[in-house]
Amino acid sequence: MPIIQLSNVTKRFGTFTALDAVSLDVSKGERVVVCGPSGSGKSTLIRCINQLEVHDAGTITVDGVMLDGSKAALNRIREKVGMVFQQFNLFPHLSIIDNLILGPMRARGKTREEAREIAMRYLTRVRIPEQADKFPRQLSGGQQQRVAIARALCMEPEILLFDEPTSALDPEMINEVLDVMVGLAESGMTMIVVTHEMGFARKVADTMVFMDHGEIVETAPPETFFTAPKSLRCQDFLQKILPH
Amino acid sequence: MSVFPHLTASLSPPDLFRGSGSGGNAIPDCRHGASLVLNKSGNDSGVRILILLALLATLTGCSADWGWYVVDPSTKSGWINLKFLLSGLYYTILLSVTAILISVVIGLLVALPGLSKNPVLRGFNRVYVEIVRAVPILVLILWVYYGLPQVADISISVFWAGVLALALSDSAFEAEIFRAGIQSIDKGQYEAAHSVSLNYSDTMRFVILPQAIRRILPALGNQLVYMLKMSSLVSVIGMQELTRKANELVVTEYRPLEIYTILVLEYLVLILIVSAGVRWLERRMQTDER
Repeated sequence: MPIIQLSNVTKRFGTFTALDAVSLDVSKGERVVVCGPSGSGKSTLIRCINQLEVHDAGTITVDGVMLDGSKAALNRIREKVGMVFQQFNLFPHLSIIDNLILGPMRARGKTREEAREIAMRYLTRVRIPEQADKFPRQLSGGQQQRVAIARALCMEPEILLFDEPTSALDPEMINEVLDVMVGLAESGMTMIVVTHEMGFARKVADTMVFMDHGEIVETAPPETFFTAPKSLRCQDFLQKILPH
Repeated sequence: MSVFPHLTASLSPPDLFRGSGSGGNAIPDCRHGASLVLNKSGNDSGVRILILLALLATLTGCSADWGWYVVDPSTKSGWINLKFLLSGLYYTILLSVTAILISVVIGLLVALPGLSKNPVLRGFNRVYVEIVRAVPILVLILWVYYGLPQVADISISVFWAGVLALALSDSAFEAEIFRAGIQSIDKGQYEAAHSVSLNYSDTMRFVILPQAIRRILPALGNQLVYMLKMSSLVSVIGMQELTRKANELVVTEYRPLEIYTILVLEYLVLILIVSAGVRWLERRMQTDER
């Protein structure tokens, strides 16, 4: 039984169809990398999974919970699904440690001490425990994104979604974030990553998903995906983004 | 009132000056000035009287001869007058601060529905803001004090009528300020709060409002200054605040220039203190984020 099941999911923004009857199964512990040209619906796909966007048609089931737009379903899947954003979206008025303990304290009912302990554990895991008392603006982009990953981990989710986590970073900071993500992948976390980092994809992905014009064009394990893509659109895309 | 129990509160100063311009302490100065001029002019007694009357009217109306003795703290009566003027400070501050606190709360409660996706809630916000914003403060004060007791069959004290009118009138502006402040917060902040399972009220309380309030602090400071100034209007229903005290003193002392100058200075000092306070708060909140 897959932990995430999308079947014929459609999402429209006005007249624009962002997702056109998309179906995808993700099993527990699977690492899925989603790629495709901009505007192809990659972000919308993962945003539908944690209901930042509400789909218009089709069904999404996450860990046995059917997302029917009800508040109860929304609350249940928010607890299971964490998300890392392109723009980090840290809370700028809170220190790093307060960014991390807010969710566990308010939504998980943890005491401050418990939450701090969890937070320090994950800050150590993303290798910046010494920044705990600083504010987001005092950190580099790479450090901020690692804090954002730690913030998601503090909620102890079963699934982590990454929406182009390195696209807003300076080149020299991309690797520190990818390293943390590789570490996570090795720990068995279920991950769906929207990214253009094909080196990372090759290293960690169990499944590659290629999207274009709101459709999933190709789904394949990385070895066949990179060496023998079936569709022309995918071949074309790979040719454009892979280093020469 | 305790300082001058004999004062009749119903007299309003502008009428007094128009009606009895020749009375009081302005007379000796005028006579002196007028006689100098008259010595040089012609012998016609009719012209003399006319000039005298004209000069009297001018000098009593807009005398440039200051009579600071009226608020001179080194004399006993001046000191009593000064204390009387300053005694309005308590109610001016109490009135303004109570009103601004209530108006901020109402403003926030009105602003939140305005941000809703629900058109009925948004409609409530619009109707409230448009109606309340359209009523002049003075009119609202009069309506609340004289009209509300009839409509609602309650008795309302001058103080609470003033607070209510000021707070209501200001709340529409506070609501707009809050709405703008909250709308200026990046959508990503809501999404991040959602992704760590915060519900709506926690998202507002811990993520959105703390950031929005930092941004609207200068505007909120403006409203407090505005409120301090508008509290002077509550003097018309007899609130014993700064302006009322000044009006009452003018009635007995006939020294509007000096007394109203003191009044101007009282508001000036009060508002400069508030401005400095708001700037200090802004700086403090800024350093939190860095």
